[in-house]
Amino acid sequence: MTSQIEVNNLAKSFRVAKRTSGVFGALGSIFRREYQNRVALSNVSFAIEAGELVGYIGPNGAGKSTTVKILSGILVPDSGTVRALGMCPWKQRTQYVQRIGVVFGQRTQMWWDLPVIDSFHLLRDIYSVPDAQFRRRCGELTDQMNLGAFLNTPVRQLSLGERMRCDLAAALLHSPEVLFLDEPTIGLDAVSKLALRQLVKSLNVEHGVTVILTTHDMDDIEALCSRVIVIGDGEILSDGPLTELRNSIARERWLTVELEGDQMFSPPANTTIMRREGNQVWLRYDPVITPTPLLISAIAATNNVRDLLVQEPPIEEIIAHIYQNGQP
Amino acid sequence: MKSQTSGLRLYLSLVVACLRGQLQYQASFVMMALGQFLVTGLEFAAIAALFYRFGSVHGWQLRQVAFLYGVVGSGYALAEGLCRGFDQFSAIIRRGDFDRLLLRPRSTILQVAAFEVQLMRIGRFLQAAFVLAWALMHLQPDASTLIVAAAMVTGTMCTFCGLFVLQATLTFFTIETPEIVNVVTYGGVETASFPLSIYPGWLRFTFTWLVPLASTAYLPARLLFKAHGPILHILILPGCGLLFLLASILIWRFGERRYTSTGS
Repeated sequence: MTSQIEVNNLAKSFRVAKRTSGVFGALGSIFRREYQNRVALSNVSFAIEAGELVGYIGPNGAGKSTTVKILSGILVPDSGTVRALGMCPWKQRTQYVQRIGVVFGQRTQMWWDLPVIDSFHLLRDIYSVPDAQFRRRCGELTDQMNLGAFLNTPVRQLSLGERMRCDLAAALLHSPEVLFLDEPTIGLDAVSKLALRQLVKSLNVEHGVTVILTTHDMDDIEALCSRVIVIGDGEILSDGPLTELRNSIARERWLTVELEGDQMFSPPANTTIMRREGNQVWLRYDPVITPTPLLISAIAATNNVRDLLVQEPPIEEIIAHIYQNGQP
Repeated sequence: MKSQTSGLRLYLSLVVACLRGQLQYQASFVMMALGQFLVTGLEFAAIAALFYRFGSVHGWQLRQVAFLYGVVGSGYALAEGLCRGFDQFSAIIRRGDFDRLLLRPRSTILQVAAFEVQLMRIGRFLQAAFVLAWALMHLQPDASTLIVAAAMVTGTMCTFCGLFVLQATLTFFTIETPEIVNVVTYGGVETASFPLSIYPGWLRFTFTWLVPLASTAYLPARLLFKAHGPILHILILPGCGLLFLLASILIWRFGERRYTSTGS
């Protein structure tokens, strides 16, 4: 039983030229350069099954884009193996990239001065999509992503949200089996973000496209990903379902108490006050030690309470905790 | 098995796309093309003036030098127009555009060549072609001369394309292209436009054995004018340009492999 993508013990480091400051330093560096080794990936392994929607997250410089570059065949690792769609991405580059799609949130792959539809035609030729198939696919994507209104607009005149939708469609024209999305929602407004998420979700569910998503937006992760891989300092820190990630880090809950008036409030045993603003108090507690119903009745019994709200800590908190401590 | 869109067809669609983008700025295109035409035209006028004053150089008449000038100039303009992407390659790498090309199931050579096509180069091409036509008219060419001339232009174009490819390949290793390559390219245009015999030995050596511009321009022209050698023999010489281009492409492939394993 082999997975669609199997990554084993990837390691990659870059040689970075040390820059010496000043004119003489710059002159000197022409003749003699000192190099520093910067480790981007030290030992990365994971496997992804067909049809999964995986979030790949980590702080800046953790090795996310290095991994994506290796997985999409444009970078060769120092050691380790990748087997994706039965191929080695960097050895069979042209065959391999025919079956994957890549979208960079920061950069477009379309032709800046040309109407969107012209870019689609060029991509048809680049990927050798037969004409009948292209027309069907292009029609489908245009409907689904609502591109009809600006197919004839030059790319440079599109809004960021429109451009991202077009870029997503452009990456799907050749019906890839695996889709890499690198920060697809960066800079988008709330409505465009929601629309894009919905598109990605339906691609994954209805067409069975495997999606690997890197992002800094934890709402993307919560809305889309059943599985999250966290990378930090070139190593995998955690890999599993989002709920598991949550539980492993903290079973912690947050309770917001809104008091009637500006009265005194003393926290019950085993809880801590995170902060207090006027008549609102934020508490954190462990629901296993202090069951939620008991805590609420204890507070209601001793205080004059107007409202109560129980929450899980936001995913950002959990991720930040992992980034800082290295381990869940 | 899905059949692949042919490389030539893809190159043409990419080129057309690039031109359509440029034609959005029509006035700018016309001015640039005209500018190129006039600047290079003036350059040739200066050469002609010198010949009217001094007669000939090493036994070469003005119309014969004009023939060389036309071959080299139009070969260069074609190369510059058709694979300008290689000339701009360090910018392509720095902007990260090369990664995008690697993500496509096509050879990078083809994609970089079509990355930027400069239609305004037509100004220089037309000027050189006019000079070439004028030279040919005075030489009263037969069919074989015309064939040789076409082969010479093609060979010269291939050599310059090869130089552009080599220049771009250096970027894989240094990121910034050393200006030294321009010395060979621009210097090559100037040098090869005149009979090679007027230059010192090391220069003749460079443009005969390292960069085969002599084989694609000067040597076949000499055979044509002075020796009247059999046409097949003359035709072999411009073929060196094609070999040079093929060798450059091999070196490019090597550089590309190195680039993807060191990363940016």
